[in-house]
Amino acid sequence: MHMPAPDPALIARKGEIVAALRRIVPGEGVVSEPAALVPFESDGLSAYRQTPLAVVLPETVEQVSAVLAWCQANGVKVVPRGAGTSLSGGALPLADGVVLCLSKFNRVLEIDYPNRCAVVQPGVTNLAISEAVAAEGFYYAPDPSSQIACTIGGNVAENSGGVHCLKYGLTTNNLLGVEMVLMSGEVVRVGGKAFDAEGYDLLGLVTGSEGLLGVVTEVTVRILPKPETAKALLLGFPSAEAAAGVVGDIIAAGIIPAGLEMMDNPAIRAAEAFVGAGYPVEAAALLIVELDGPEVECAELSAQIRALADARGADFARISENETERLAFWAGRKAAFPAVGRIAPDYFCMDGTIPRRKLPEVLAGIYRLGEQYGLGVANVFHAGDGNLHPLILYNLDTPGDLEKAEAYGADILRLCVSVGGVLTGEHGVGVEKRDLMGEMFDPTDLACQQRVKCAFDPDLLLNPGKVFPTLHRCAELGRVHVHRGKLAFPDLPRF
Amino acid sequence: MLETRIRTLTPKTPEEVLAAVAEAGAGGRKLEVIGGGTKRGLGGIEPVDAVLSTARLDRVIDYQPEELVLTAQPGVRLGELERLVAGGGQMLAFEPPRLTGLLGARGEPTLGGIIGANLSGPRRPTAGSVRDHVLGFEAISGRGERFKAGGKVVKNVTGYDLMKLITGAWGTLAVLTEVTIKVLPAPRAEATLLLFGLADTRAHEAMTQAMNGPFEVSAAAHLPAFAAAAPPLKAEAPVTALRLEGFEGSVAARADALAARLAPFGRVERIDAPHSREFWGQVREVEAFVGDPRPLWRLSLPPASGWKGPHALPGHALYDWAGGLVWLLTDEPAAKVRAVTQGLGGHALCLRGAPAFAPSTGGLGALQARLKAAFDPLGVLNPGRFP
Repeated sequence: MHMPAPDPALIARKGEIVAALRRIVPGEGVVSEPAALVPFESDGLSAYRQTPLAVVLPETVEQVSAVLAWCQANGVKVVPRGAGTSLSGGALPLADGVVLCLSKFNRVLEIDYPNRCAVVQPGVTNLAISEAVAAEGFYYAPDPSSQIACTIGGNVAENSGGVHCLKYGLTTNNLLGVEMVLMSGEVVRVGGKAFDAEGYDLLGLVTGSEGLLGVVTEVTVRILPKPETAKALLLGFPSAEAAAGVVGDIIAAGIIPAGLEMMDNPAIRAAEAFVGAGYPVEAAALLIVELDGPEVECAELSAQIRALADARGADFARISENETERLAFWAGRKAAFPAVGRIAPDYFCMDGTIPRRKLPEVLAGIYRLGEQYGLGVANVFHAGDGNLHPLILYNLDTPGDLEKAEAYGADILRLCVSVGGVLTGEHGVGVEKRDLMGEMFDPTDLACQQRVKCAFDPDLLLNPGKVFPTLHRCAELGRVHVHRGKLAFPDLPRF
Repeated sequence: MLETRIRTLTPKTPEEVLAAVAEAGAGGRKLEVIGGGTKRGLGGIEPVDAVLSTARLDRVIDYQPEELVLTAQPGVRLGELERLVAGGGQMLAFEPPRLTGLLGARGEPTLGGIIGANLSGPRRPTAGSVRDHVLGFEAISGRGERFKAGGKVVKNVTGYDLMKLITGAWGTLAVLTEVTIKVLPAPRAEATLLLFGLADTRAHEAMTQAMNGPFEVSAAAHLPAFAAAAPPLKAEAPVTALRLEGFEGSVAARADALAARLAPFGRVERIDAPHSREFWGQVREVEAFVGDPRPLWRLSLPPASGWKGPHALPGHALYDWAGGLVWLLTDEPAAKVRAVTQGLGGHALCLRGAPAFAPSTGGLGALQARLKAAFDPLGVLNPGRFP
């Protein structure tokens, strides 16, 4: 994985750049000492590290605007950062760039229950939103596994998901508005408390744009009343095919569970050893199904799902009797990543999505590739929406292991695309899958996306080196190619 | 003799669309892009050299009920689509309105037109709008380039979400040639609870309480007496309606719980599936306003403030989306309607009597113009439709 070559001239200007940033954000809001920059060297994708030129932590929108405007005027690249939990390297710094960290934007500004929304600053954590509205019986639905640490600003940038997005949608489906600052320093507001905004849907476009289009400084999220009850089922199967079959059966029965997760045997064993959730360690595959709503609905549907599981030969079945038990069922799944972290020194988490019916075929392919590369793998899936998280096990200290793990991951994602799926379901492209974009998109598709980038950031200064495998200058992308006299369909009716 | 009638192109393949758009660009010509043409009157259109209709791109390409996805060409008619997914026990959760009666339009909307307009029905507050259900597409940009975005699976964040950009763009960025949408299981049962005689403000309180409790209300509307007089309600007073959908036992339990919560608002009546479906069809199509010649507005407002719009703008109003959507017949000047709506944190779309969209201005307007130029720098597609 290569980042764009740093510009030595910019690195030589570090003193001047830091001084200018200090004029905008006084005091301790600018970090430039090498030792103090270490915590910012990487995000959740810790295999890649880079020390930035400096880190700036503004406290006001005016400061964000002034920092971006100064950087644009001076040709300085900017990498926005929330809590730094990205699993795709979205906040990986640049040697010749400034990291713009939004962690001081940490206030809940307004909770508006009659309009069922909350207005928050981008540095507020995902979980803190739910906590802020819990007393009134509300919550914020998207719940990425990192919700205790990840920020809503980062969620907007990455369009984060979580186990509940099968029923409640991704971040993009739970937003009403944002305020954001363009690279030019211009502040724009999109959406608000009404359902649809006027004009092109910039809110939808900016969500999931991985920090390449603007820096979000305020977010209005929808909040939902908590369901009356929730119930979870643990279902163990002797084969992945049987478990995958039940997932299809549940959807076919017209049931959209609140969560529908699958773990393979290595993931079950790792999680059970770590938290002792009571998982069946002999099972080839485990389903965790969550139902929410009125008591009577949860009871009816859990019985129905239990029957579907029995019909496919489930050899383990438990239904949570109370809230403590339900949370215990989830504890293993929620701790799957750290659990896997205990059985291997390092792991890469992949994030492809596939058509659900291809699950057995793709899982077999993942194991086969693992044998070829000589690397272990544990799988946790958001099975309901076909979103896979193979965790590739490797050791950074073993020479060549990182490269092998990268190649293995790339092959898994190619496999996902080849069966009709996509590279990333919820983690983003970042640097991790950047060079695989060509597997899904041809140069014209990518040019259309890059022109969107140009409309927001014509000098390509905001988070460059992410998402797109090749950087094209906007002037080159903007040219209109007209081929006069070459009519592809001479028989068509003409004007 | 000069031919004054504008020609309509009806390409049957994406390649033919590509040729038509590329040639228009090369020749400095402009195209009006239409699907069923039912909302063609919305938004101005500058003079064009030809009409490009997607009506003949009308194939359903793939429908996988268990994957919750459907891929089709943009010219597929809404009725065909609804019948197809109903056959799989599913629905278009965003409940697209036709609005043909309201707009006095002939014909039937197409999938492409529904996406272009991003108009959603009563389920919008809980199920999301059209834009929340578009998973991927192929299209011909105004540059005459064939491109794709998104995917054919329900969960995908690969690349920019151009699906959101294209939805609600009124055909000004690209001509769709293929779309993949998310479909969902249709509810097995539905019921609607009715409250009678509430003033607008009190009705909003009732809708807010219903939406804010654990009842999973799938639609909430408030109709003045003249609108509630039609069958099946035949009511003589304003009606506030709350819809519950899902599995039978669940609907029954929630209906009981909600009725108890609403008791302080007076008598609660319940109507079941056939009447409930008929009623929400009327709300979706704004049937109470059909045939009224006055200027017609669709206000999008913060739900709890819905009533404030009509109270500052004398006329007739219907409330959907728990107050977040206001249909308004009023003779008030357009500038006032827009100013009041914006002052309340919303925006107004005019369906008759004034320009449909407010001109986009300032930094946001400039950004919108740059996006238009990114996809259609020569201004080939639907010139002037979207300000």
